[in-house]
Amino acid sequence: MNYIYELHRTMMTQKVILVYEGDFTQETTKSILSMAERNLDSSGEDSGIKRKVFNVMVEALQNIVKHSSEQGMRAGSLLSKSAIFLISKDDKQYCVMTGNPIAKDKVAQLTKDLNDLNSKDKEGLKEMYKEIIKNTQISEKGGAGLGFVDMARKSGEKLEFLFANMDAEHDFFCLKVNIAREKE
Amino acid sequence: MDILNLKGTEDTPTILLDKKNGIFEISGRSLPEDSAEFYRPVLEWIKAYGGEPNASTDFTFKLEYFNTASSKLILDVLSALEDIKGMKILWYFHDDDEDMEEAGQEFSELVEVPFEFKTY
Repeated sequence: MNYIYELHRTMMTQKVILVYEGDFTQETTKSILSMAERNLDSSGEDSGIKRKVFNVMVEALQNIVKHSSEQGMRAGSLLSKSAIFLISKDDKQYCVMTGNPIAKDKVAQLTKDLNDLNSKDKEGLKEMYKEIIKNTQISEKGGAGLGFVDMARKSGEKLEFLFANMDAEHDFFCLKVNIAREKE
Repeated sequence: MDILNLKGTEDTPTILLDKKNGIFEISGRSLPEDSAEFYRPVLEWIKAYGGEPNASTDFTFKLEYFNTASSKLILDVLSALEDIKGMKILWYFHDDDEDMEEAGQEFSELVEVPFEFKTY
């Protein structure tokens, strides 16, 4: 049972204020958002920072919801339930982090898209956003293809990501979005 | 014309479209699971209104937050309003919410309809 203490210590040292592991639906998204919002409110966070964190959380959570249904993963299977969502907070920044399984054949395209996004400045991202919103149709999974662009714009920082090997068909896609607490 | 009146929830906005009383407003939070489905009745209402609009229409957006899937549908709503004569968009944003102000400006650059920006 030592892992309980170890998990607790990890969360303390990493300054994790909220973690959710399991099945992701619109209902769990709403619960997580309301918990995180209460936390932000009670800490008296600046309303502008609060809105940015909320914004990034929504896009990150809805990405997982859409992605896990898109993967057509069998309900109840280990893979469908293996997504994770975390928020950490220190003096300098909030970090919104997600991890979810992704088919290996999707990794190359996603890497390319995220690198492309990370190469753009503020104006470049704005143009990209306008270009996508003008031309996109809402996909069957309900996405507009704008989630990552919006996260990059709202955070004002590069999106950090990593793919960890899971099994022959899947990688675990880890994403970290930083939101500075000090206003520039 | 029937009034379209949708009460807001934690993930959907309040919508009131009332031709007779000249009230056209979308307010609150918009992050529904299925944004296309949620906005379908709004787009249908606007289409019908476009056939017999008032002489002038002030259409209010007073959003606290919307997700990216909603932003696409908001653009669809604005595009539907674009073709109606006497249309003006009143875009409200909280006075310290630069992102909402910028979002309104971006929408105004994407459609040919006058925007008036207001703080609350």
